[in-house]
Order: sequence, then C-alpha cells, then structure tokens
Amino acid sequence: MVKKNWREFARNNVVTIMFIVVCAVCMMFSGYTPSYVMYELFGRLSRNAFIVLALIIPIVAGMGINFAITIGAMAAQIACILVLEWGLQGFGSFLAAAALTVPMAALFGFGIGKILNKMKGQEMIGGMILGYFANGLYQLLCLFIFDNIIPINNPNLTIKGSSGIANTIDLSKAGGMGGTLEKLWQLPVSQAVLVFALVIAAGLVIGHVRSHRKDAKKLGIQLGALAIVCVLMQLPVMKNLFSMVKVPMATFGIVALLCLFNVVLMRTRLGQQFRAVGQNRTVANAAGINVDKVRIIAITISTVLAGWGQLIFVQNLGAFQTYGAADQVGLYAGAAILVGGASVVRATNTQALLGTVLFHLMFILAPAAGKNLFGDAAIGEYFRVFMCYGVIALALVMHAWSSIAPKKKHHKATDKA
Amino acid sequence: MAAEYILEMKNITKRYGENKVLSDVSLKIRPGEIHALLGENGAGKSTLMNVLFGMPVIHATGGFEGEVLIDGQSTTIASPHDAMLKGIGMVHQEFMLLPGFTITENIKLNREITHPSLLSRVFGKNLETLDMAAMSQDARRALDSVGMSIDEYTLVKGLPVGYMQFVEIAREIDKTGVKLLVFDEPTAVLTESEAAQLLRVMKSIAQKGIAIIFITHRLDEVIEAADGVTILRDGKFVCETRTADTTVTQLAELMIGRKGESAFVTADPREFPEDTPVALKIRHLAVDMPGEQVKDVSLDIREGEIFGIGGLAGQGKVGIPNGIMGVYDSEGDVELFGEPVRLNDAHAALKSGMAMVSEDRRGVGLLLDESIEDNIVFNAMQVSGEFTKSLLGAKLKDSRKIREHANEMIRELDIRCFGAVQHTGTLSGGNQQKVCIARALTMNPKLIFVSEPTRGIDIGAKKLVLETLVKLNREKGMTVVMVSSELMELRSICDRIAIVAEGEVVDILPVNSSDADFGLAMSGIKPGSASGKEA
Ligand SMILES: Nc1ncnc2c1ncn2[C@@H]1O[C@H](COP(=O)(O)OP(=O)(O)OP(=O)(O)O)[C@@H](O)[C@H]1O
Ligand SMILES: [Mg+2]
Repeated sequence: MVKKNWREFARNNVVTIMFIVVCAVCMMFSGYTPSYVMYELFGRLSRNAFIVLALIIPIVAGMGINFAITIGAMAAQIACILVLEWGLQGFGSFLAAAALTVPMAALFGFGIGKILNKMKGQEMIGGMILGYFANGLYQLLCLFIFDNIIPINNPNLTIKGSSGIANTIDLSKAGGMGGTLEKLWQLPVSQAVLVFALVIAAGLVIGHVRSHRKDAKKLGIQLGALAIVCVLMQLPVMKNLFSMVKVPMATFGIVALLCLFNVVLMRTRLGQQFRAVGQNRTVANAAGINVDKVRIIAITISTVLAGWGQLIFVQNLGAFQTYGAADQVGLYAGAAILVGGASVVRATNTQALLGTVLFHLMFILAPAAGKNLFGDAAIGEYFRVFMCYGVIALALVMHAWSSIAPKKKHHKATDKA
Repeated sequence: MAAEYILEMKNITKRYGENKVLSDVSLKIRPGEIHALLGENGAGKSTLMNVLFGMPVIHATGGFEGEVLIDGQSTTIASPHDAMLKGIGMVHQEFMLLPGFTITENIKLNREITHPSLLSRVFGKNLETLDMAAMSQDARRALDSVGMSIDEYTLVKGLPVGYMQFVEIAREIDKTGVKLLVFDEPTAVLTESEAAQLLRVMKSIAQKGIAIIFITHRLDEVIEAADGVTILRDGKFVCETRTADTTVTQLAELMIGRKGESAFVTADPREFPEDTPVALKIRHLAVDMPGEQVKDVSLDIREGEIFGIGGLAGQGKVGIPNGIMGVYDSEGDVELFGEPVRLNDAHAALKSGMAMVSEDRRGVGLLLDESIEDNIVFNAMQVSGEFTKSLLGAKLKDSRKIREHANEMIRELDIRCFGAVQHTGTLSGGNQQKVCIARALTMNPKLIFVSEPTRGIDIGAKKLVLETLVKLNREKGMTVVMVSSELMELRSICDRIAIVAEGEVVDILPVNSSDADFGLAMSGIKPGSASGKEA
C-alpha cells in the first residue's frame, strides 16, 4: 500500500515535483553561485509573495483562480499616478497610495463580483476577459482622460510633446516611494530569523494560554522546532549561503500578516461561508447563506489585496510600465500558486509560498541555464513563458479530468486513508 | 392562546404554465403530530412542500393561490431561509450536506456559534471566530437524540447514505424553535433496520412537540408511525383521516382511486431444467463501487429466467450490475450467451445486448434537461443507431418515429406527464424512474438488469413496473436480473434469488424458502450449514 500511496501522492503533486526537478536541473547548468540565487530569490519573494497570497480566498470560495486581480493591480497603479501628481513624497506617499487603492479596488472588486455572479462556473475565463476589457478602459483613462480632461500638472508623468500618461512611471527619484518599504528595516537572514521566531513563539504562547485545550506537548514541539531553525541559521554554512541577502523586515512582516489573516479568516463565520459556498452552492443556499453576497465579498477582498500586492511590487522595483505592468499579473500569480500544489478548488498559504519560491527560482535560473546549454538566453526565456502557460493549462486539464472522471478515484483515496 | 393547528394550508392551487399540478389542496397539521402525506407519483406532494418552503421554482413560475397559516397567523414564506426562521425544517430527498465539512460543521452550517475577535471588532459580526468546542457539544446532543454514536468530528465524505440521512435530521432538530419538520421520502434509501430506527426517532421528536410531515410510499410505515393522513390524487385533495381508522388496503384504494385491485403482482416461479442454456455467466467478478464493493461473485443466470439478487444495503448487490455494465471499475470474466463481455466499457456492454435501469437515476440515469422522448431513445440511438434516417449519407433523428415510440411507452408505463416533450427534470421522482425503464426497454435487450426498480415509486406504479417485467419475460423471452433491497418484491416475481453479503454470494435460494433462511443468508450465513460463515 505504501507504494500506492506514493503514486497517489505523485499524481496529486505532478506539477510541483516537475518544477522541483526543472529547478534542480537549471541550477546545475546555470553556473550561478547559491548565494547569488538566494539573493535574487529573496528579492523576488518580497516583491511577489503578497499578490499570490491574494488568490487564496476566491479559490476557497469556489471561484477558481481570480485572473481579475489584474484589475486590482490597475487600481494600485492609478493610485501611484495620483499620489505622484499630488506631490506626496517618501514612505508617506506609499501609505497614501495604499489607502487610495482600497476604495478603488473595492469598487472594482464589487463590480467584478456582480458580473461573475452572472456567469457561475465560468469565473476563471470570465475574470480573464474582464481583465482584458478593463485594460482597455485603463488605457482610455491614462491616454486620454488624464491630462486631457483631468489636468496632470507633474511634467514627469506625461508623455513629452503629446498628451497622456508617460510609458514609464519612475518611483525612485529623490523623494519617490521606490524602495521605502524595504528600507524601513533590513536585517541579515541570521538575525531576521531570530526576530520572526520570537514573534511566532510569542504568538504560540499567547494562543496556548488562551486556548481551552492546553496541549503542552504540541507547544513544546513547535517551540523546539523554532529554536532548532534559529540555531541552524547561525551556522557558518548558512550564513555563507545568505551572505548577500538583506531581509526587508517590513515587507516580509506584511506577507506574514496576510498569511495570518488568511488563516484567521477561515476560522470565522465568514470563512466558513466561503468554504461552504466553495463546496456546493446549492447546499449553502439551502442553509440560508447569501451565496452571491459571499462571492462578491471574496472577490472584493482578493482585488484589494491584489492592489496592495501590486503596490508592493512597483515600489520594490522603483518604476513601472504604465501600459504593461498589470497585464501578466494574474497569469504569473496564478501559475505560481498552481506550481505550489494548489488546484483551482483548493489552496493554502503554504502552497502559495512554496509556489512563489519555485516559480521564481525557475525565472531566475532558466535564462542562464538556457544560455549555458544552448548558447542563447532567449531559449531560457521561451522556456519560462512556455512553462508558465503550460502549468496553467495542465492545472485546468487536470481539474476537468478529475471532475468528470469519477468521484470513484476520490473515494478510493479516502478509503485508503 | 395556542392555535389548534400549527400549520394550515388552505385551498392551494399551483400551475406550472398551462398545467394545474395542485388544485384547491388543503392540509392541516396539529402540534406534535406525525402526519403522512400520501399520493401516487406526480400527485403533487413535493410541489405542495415546495410551496410551503417558498422554493425559488415556485416564485419563478408565477407563485401560487391560496393561504398558508402558521400558528393560526396568515403568512407568506418568501424563501427556504424564511421558512427556517418561521420554524419549518426540511429533511431533503437528496442530501443537502457538504462532503468536505465535518458532521459538526454541517449541523451548524450558517448557525455557527462564535465569539468576538480582533477582526470582528473592526469588521463586524461576520468575522467572529468560530467556537468549535461549543458547536461540537450541540452537534453531539443532536446526534445523541437521533441515536447516532458516530464521532461528531467525522467528515461527511464517505459516510454511508443511512448515516447522512440521520445527520440531516440531527441538523434540523438542532435548530432552535423548530415547530414542524418535513421528511420527503426519507426511508427510500435506508435499510430496513435504519428505517425502523428512523421511525423511532420521528416518534421521539414528535413527543417533544415538533410536528412532522412524512412523505412515503411505504404504507405500512404510515400505519405504524403516523397519527393522521392526507391523501392527494392528481393534484387534488382526496381525504384526511386518522390512521387508527384505516388500513393499508383502504389507503391504497384512496390513493389510486379504484377499488378491489390487489396491489400485488405474483408470477409463479418456474423450475428450469439443468440443461437450459446459460444467458449470463459470471466468474470471479470484483467491482470497485464505493459503498457497494463486490469481492468475488460467480453466478450462472439461465436463459428466460427472472433472477433476483438481494441482500442488505452496502453489501455489494448493487455493484454487480454496475460492474458488468461498465459503470464502475471491475475485474473478472463475464460471458453473455457464450460471448465474452468486455468489462469497463459501457458502450460494449450496451452493444452486446444488455441494458440496465440504474438505481441512481439522477446521477447516471437521466439527462434532466432533455425531453422525455429524447431520454427514452437516447441509448438506442447512440448504440445501435435506431430512430435515425439517412439523408444524403448523414444520419438524422427520425422525429416522427421517436414521438410514436415515446407516446407508446408513456401509455404502457403510465408515465404521468404533460407530453413527450416535457423535460425529465420537471417530472416527479417516480415518473423519472419510469422514463429510465422505458429507455432500457427501448434497447430491446436480450438481458435487462433492473437495479432497485421500484425505489421511490408508488404502489400502483410498482405493480405496473413489475407486471411489465413479467410480461416482457413471458412474452418476449427477455432474461431479467432484478436487484432489490425489498425481499417481498423479489419473491413476488423471481424464479430464484441470490443473496449477497460482504461482496460475495452467500447462497441461491428458491423463492419459497422460509423467511428464516433468507434472514440467515442476508447476515452472511449459508442456510443449512450449521458451521456458519463460509460461503
Ligand atoms: N418545475 C416544474 N415544471 C413543470 N412541471 C413540474 C415541475 N415540477 C413538478 N412538475 C410537475 O408537477 C407534478 C407533481 O410533481 P411532484 O414532484 O409534486 O410529485 P410527487 O407527488 O412528489 O411525486 P413522487 O412521489 O414521484 O415524488 C408532476 O406532474 C410534475 O411533472
Ligand atoms: Mg416527490
């Protein structure tokens, strides 16, 4: 039976396993040192993890991957443009943009939710098409309405010698928001681990004190594991591996908060409604849950979170392409979460984070490996685009497959368990 | 002052388009009473309950006429949720449970117990944290009161159907302020012992003062459990009586509206000589059907026989036809009239001259969004290309022939409908079953499997179905394999009966064996072998 369980496990995690293999192979041929890869990886993680985590709630609520997060990203970019126009500066301008993103993204999210409720069962393709449609409106706004109807006075924002918002928005000029979140507080990995471990330990202890079922053994194991990780990170090998990494504490802190939010939310009445609606709308409805409303809330939260994710992303990079930065957001985030082992009906924090790591590891390694193997970096580039779409297609096919071909397989799995 | 009736439905009339499915129906329920609602398939029982619950189908099709009074107060019930708030609960015919939730989570769905949290202080009540401990205590209490000892943290996925039924009931009685519970054919999917337990539970619920409306086709249950009875026929109110004043035969007559007809079909069992050719030869069949695993079954079914397969639910009898017909994964050797049958291939099985009436009519049985006539001819058209005509080399549907055939079937099986083009999704449960049978017969099979053919159909229809099977067998020589949980039914028309337990055939018994022998066989003990279980 052990063998069968392994096969079951492998089948359920094809994509993840395949990615680990691909990353390992690329790593061998890339010629990068591990510490450089870690440096790149941490940079990309701090930029991308948040937006991937924003996908979890709609998946749980049975709406699949929310490709409409591109619209949340657009809201964030509009907020950036407005903040720059108003001449806000530094970290304050980041906070202002974050605050400004909320009402816009929430409004868009509400609209998306309304529309998706009219096309139940087709949310994913619907979200994607809505993304394209919104892109048209966004271009109209940036090319025509801004600067022509709503005057834009900041000359850096507009196209020189013409009207409309410029192609690139620079956030890293003196006083810009670029990198301000990262610069708040940075630590080497060995110390960053200590800080996070301390916070987690405090959380665990408080949780223990307040819970009814005092499971001291479990607490001991958890604290022990934390301590071991902390000690390991102090070893010279580890210090070497992460020698180039400076952990942006605020960014990762926010990511951690979002993970916590996802967990806590699922333990609330609303979370229970998400899960119920995700499993079966008819049953949820019969229990008196307002299915449409729950779905709208899920999409709205996701869209707002995606907006913040995009904001973190652009401030980290220090600039963004006005007309292109949001396009692929949904696709990349969707692919990343799938790589982590999520499906279009199930997703967890761990899967989102693991997926982000693997997906971006491949982004880092594939071009270099391609160059070393075939003498052409473009091959690696093709490869990663191919993988990105491939992963999504595979996930969709596997989902369709497991939902037509029987519940039988399902039952088998549970029988064995 | 408490009203005499907890629920009164007065002069309810409901039309679906042109068709009046309820006319001037009245129903009165006293507090703490078990009230049976009887009627043939399509009589309008489910529709009346849909009206009571304010189901969306009712509002979407123009509402209804009449008045509903709860506790003597005239009310309008806008939605099922509204009904719940007014103290009316429903144990559904198809299960309304979430498989990925635990029993506790299902029982407390949308009525979770919570306590305030950081999030809820900011964002409101919906973000209060669940109090699982308190929820499971409530669930435990509800489960105990329906006599279920199962752990309240078990996932619903994979529970036997009988358990799910009881979880549904536990959920309804956990609701505070329930005054009235509706059970729509709850015993159809239960084993005999589970059904008996259900009746006990119903009585104890009623003792607490909660009234129960009980829809069933099993008249003996009515006599045993109910206090009052209301009978509908063709959407019209026939009568209301106390159970103490009536008998099964009387009830049957009132439902059908004819007198003196026996509700039972009997066909004399025949002895087949040893050298009768074998129609279906099964060797070491194993079928992987969840909940109905077949481990190792070998049988010889003779040509021209009506062969019964019985046994308790969950023991594997239903797996046998499903395995042979390619619905579930199977292994073993099967020969039909000497020709090997390819397993795990539904098309090949149909093509070889077998047909099946499935027990799962909503799952694999019917295309609910298609018309009756299309459903009836679907398999015949797909498998053997009947009911088509060639036009310039292309095969087209022969609509005229289809219609003729469908009308004939509707007449022969007495399918209660508004015509051959009505969608099967809008038929009553029992009439859907008849459409399944019509479709299997349309294949002109040499051998027909009927799996639980009379589940959920009324006594009149039951008689009709059994008569049809006997007629086909005697007149056309069709071999019939009937799988059923109801021993009575098997004994009434079969020539021999195999009893299955734990995925294996315990014994093949003649129809006139004693009840004791059947009972022993069902519990896995071969009658006459004192040494016990060794089949
Ligand atoms: N949505 C609908 N549209 C049109 N006709 C319908 C619809 N639902 C039910 N009917 C018709 O209403 C009639 C009564 O059906 P109903 O389901 O109430 O019968 P029932 O008494 O519950 O029968 P059963 O015992 O077979 O479940 C049937 O003739 C059916 O075809
Ligand atoms: Mg019904």
